[in-house]
Amino acid sequence: MVEPANTVGLPVNPTPLLKDELDIVIPTIRNLDFLEMWRPFLQPYHLIIVQDGDPSKKIHVPEGYDYELYNRNDINRILGPKASCISFKDSACRCFGYMVSKKKYIFTIDDDCFVAKDPSGKAVNALEQHIKNLLCPSSPFFFNTLYDPYREGADFVRGYPFSLREGVSTAVSHGLWLNIPDYDAPTQLVKPKERNTRYVDAVMTIPKGTLFPMCGMNLAFDRDLIGPAMYFGLMGDGQPIGRYDDMWAGWCIKVICDHLSLGVKTGLPYIYHSKASNPFVNLKKEYKGIFWQEEIIPFFQNAKLSKEAVTVQQCYIELSKLVKEKLSSLDPYFDKLADAMVTWIEAWDELNPPAANGKA
Amino acid sequence: MSSAEINKNEVDIVIGALNADLTQFLTSWRPFFSGFHLIVVKDPELKEELNIPEGFDVDVYSKTDMEKVVGASNATMFSGYSCRYFGYLISKKKYIVSIDDDCVPAKDPKGFLVDAVTQHVINLENPATPLFFNTLYDPYCEGADFVRGYPFSLRSGVPCAASCGLWLNLADLDAPTQALKTEQRNTSYVDAVMTVPAKAMLPISGINIAFNRELVGPALVPALRLAGEGKVRWETLEDVWCGMCLKHISDHLGYGVKTGLPYVWRNERGDAVESLRKKWEGMKLMEKSVPFFESLKLPETALKVEDCVIELAKAVKEQLGSDDPAFTQAADAMVKWIQLWNSVNSSARS
Repeated sequence: MVEPANTVGLPVNPTPLLKDELDIVIPTIRNLDFLEMWRPFLQPYHLIIVQDGDPSKKIHVPEGYDYELYNRNDINRILGPKASCISFKDSACRCFGYMVSKKKYIFTIDDDCFVAKDPSGKAVNALEQHIKNLLCPSSPFFFNTLYDPYREGADFVRGYPFSLREGVSTAVSHGLWLNIPDYDAPTQLVKPKERNTRYVDAVMTIPKGTLFPMCGMNLAFDRDLIGPAMYFGLMGDGQPIGRYDDMWAGWCIKVICDHLSLGVKTGLPYIYHSKASNPFVNLKKEYKGIFWQEEIIPFFQNAKLSKEAVTVQQCYIELSKLVKEKLSSLDPYFDKLADAMVTWIEAWDELNPPAANGKA
Repeated sequence: MSSAEINKNEVDIVIGALNADLTQFLTSWRPFFSGFHLIVVKDPELKEELNIPEGFDVDVYSKTDMEKVVGASNATMFSGYSCRYFGYLISKKKYIVSIDDDCVPAKDPKGFLVDAVTQHVINLENPATPLFFNTLYDPYCEGADFVRGYPFSLRSGVPCAASCGLWLNLADLDAPTQALKTEQRNTSYVDAVMTVPAKAMLPISGINIAFNRELVGPALVPALRLAGEGKVRWETLEDVWCGMCLKHISDHLGYGVKTGLPYVWRNERGDAVESLRKKWEGMKLMEKSVPFFESLKLPETALKVEDCVIELAKAVKEQLGSDDPAFTQAADAMVKWIQLWNSVNSSARS
């Protein structure tokens, strides 16, 4: 049995790293009581809350947190017709938060995720670990058998080429979950009682050319390096699919990171995932995805971006064209999705015009 | 799976003896080696008699045996750390587990001694998943599974060709790194087994390794010999080269390579600074190897492991031969290895 950490009485972190350079994006439809548990680690940071569902509902944010909140009316107001690319009635709407943020780094977390305990019983400061992951290089070109070589106590192993030891910039830090694991509906139905109790004390870079299932529950990324590719797709209301928002973003960002020589890490930190969603509801949402992913994955594995695509936006637009070309025959949904990918980039660029220093 | 459930008759434990006195080594491994057949191969350059404690089912091979089987000129292929490959050659078992003679069982975080042999066999018996990364690592172990978004068509996995274990205490770092961080010891027990993704290259260490001999035996090639190769791991690269070949061939044939558990406890031996004094050929050779393996494509027609090795040797000779004589020698050794493998194992083939 694994339990969440009891953070009552823990002082708020007096030296929060990157306090003014990071936004925490949280999608919610109910309340943010979970933030009480996270106070010691998250209170110093600015929150961007994306309220899904009924915009007239009042979301209660615990005292002491500095935040901006956007509901559907705000999204429509800010984006106008381009708001069509932001999902409704699905946590995929969180990517609106990425778009409006003005910070370099984003940490996103679900409202049913609490603080985990490491094997010694200590509360895990997930955000601090994500920041460490992002600030340290990645090593995607050669697998290090001792995992993250930049971690205290670790290093590159014998035989690891010296020319590759500087690593590349880390764009994404993908954290994991104790207690309720991120299973799909069929697995949930077969193993309703399975809990993840295994704390794997490692961070590692996912090798270049390898795709992975990116979960948006506990995720951080460098918005400057990869932000425009973190579109969570068209899910939820009016769409034929759900629970594939983060998956879609994960396949896109990995192809682009590989192309631009950026790193993606996975492993620590853990959070404690408390709520198992209803597997029957999940099955209905995922159903098409389970079949479609058999085609989608080879598509991403074979996707080749041109040499001319040197910015994230250029890569993403190229990817959207490939989606339209190769996946529309799978289902007309992908035609719509490809268009939405373009709309997303247009909206991103509108809200994030290149600064005077030429930063895209 | 516990040690009671694995079939000990399918396993040979092959130990390369670079030290004459194997008493401490074998005594400490007794709980986990007992019931298994051991093949101990003595480094042909080791002059002293081997000291092996009683109570093991063990066959010992020395230079004389090597010369009988492969001829005097070929016996040089098995000097130093490469002596264990002679054991791989003459074994008749499905699985091989190999551990360096300066390693003893490690303790897990609960304080229990780790049964590295059983863990390796479990790794080899269960499928590998090289075509898509599972973020919860080994999906087949108790308490884990494939995560959301993992394609169903890939969930049966592929055969596991090799299991690469790790090391507590003295990790397998190179001489410059260990010399710089003289006090550094690996205390991090990472409780996971995972498949190294297809196309990803990695430095496979021979210190704590197991493989499916029936599946990929010929691909473990004793080929790359550094000029001035020594009797400590800091002065060798034979296993790293072998591992690059093995991984490439496994990827080509659709097999998987796992890494992670089990840990062994690696003891101090040698002096990293001393090893540093030798001209560090290995670094240069690795640099040249990386782009070679990255761009290498074995022909579709190479469907057997032996053919893959031959094709690989050809490519090494063509593309790397002019860079360094060590590569030409490696290519020749690979071809010779396959000849030896075929001749020694032809009668054993079903």
